[in-house]
Amino acid sequence: MGISGQDLIFACSAIGAGLAMIAGIGPGVGQGIAAGLAANAVGRNPGAKGDITSTMLLGQAVAETTGLYGLLVAILLMFVKPFGG
Amino acid sequence: MTRCGNEAKEIMNVLAAEAAQTETSGGIVSMVKGVFSYTLFGHEFWITTTHISMFIIVVLLLVFAAIARRKITKHPDEVPGTFQNILELIVEKLDGMVAGSLGANAYRFRNYIGTIFAFILVGNLAGIFGLRSPTADFGTTLPLGLLSFFLIQINAFRFQKLRYFKSLAEPYPFLLPSNVIGEVSVPISLSLRLFGNVLSGTLILSLWYGMMPWFAKLPASWFLHAYMDVFSGCIQTYVFSMLTMTYLNDKIS
Repeated sequence: MGISGQDLIFACSAIGAGLAMIAGIGPGVGQGIAAGLAANAVGRNPGAKGDITSTMLLGQAVAETTGLYGLLVAILLMFVKPFGG
Repeated sequence: MTRCGNEAKEIMNVLAAEAAQTETSGGIVSMVKGVFSYTLFGHEFWITTTHISMFIIVVLLLVFAAIARRKITKHPDEVPGTFQNILELIVEKLDGMVAGSLGANAYRFRNYIGTIFAFILVGNLAGIFGLRSPTADFGTTLPLGLLSFFLIQINAFRFQKLRYFKSLAEPYPFLLPSNVIGEVSVPISLSLRLFGNVLSGTLILSLWYGMMPWFAKLPASWFLHAYMDVFSGCIQTYVFSMLTMTYLNDKIS
């Protein structure tokens, strides 16, 4: 079975897409820490639950951005095929 | 043409070609799909599934707004019914959300925040009804981000006048480039966040519909729809409008 250059490029793009999704670890840890600390804060001060929740959501959304950049790189590699393949 | 421009053009070509060819086996369309093309000033433009679902959503929202307005202005003296109570609840919640983060300036920005909130929310929920979410297209979210960006910048200039340009060079003048980059990255991060979240949901759903045998599609897909479209969609709508208001509040308070 001969492997053409295009096949090799596509295979490497798929591996690269998988590697790019390692970026998902960071937001996972970050969002978990934010949610844990928010639960902690609600436990200390149940009256401020609304403010704490909205602050937590905002922080989590910002923390998620780096993971989304990884996802975008993966999607570009797999579907847009910037290197051919 | 520069290399960068060439690459962008190639990516657009690939996207258009993919748009014309990609078919998924399920009911959900994962890729932007071209419906028909037309030529204007020598360029080929595509009417895609994004345009169609956006058109449906805008018409639905306009009809809803017209009915709501008619309901409220025609019979102001009657005892409010269920529909009007729901309307008032929606408006009160939106007003409360804007007032909670913008404070005294909330009345200036209620319209804009309410509008993008309604559009993004219905856009994210469109996946349930088999439409392709218009917010899963970077061509929709980038203009939304740019609208927020210009709103923020223009109001920053209106409220701070020339002090705004001075504030860009604070705390030290040599930090000016990084401050400017920080400002410019706002629309990019806003739009990419919304786009990435909705697109990942759309992709996972289309993978599910495309890969599973027919008897596995329906029983479990409700969970994915509930998480990807409803939960994630509502959170991202909230995040987009809250971040816009947070950036705005930094500038005008």
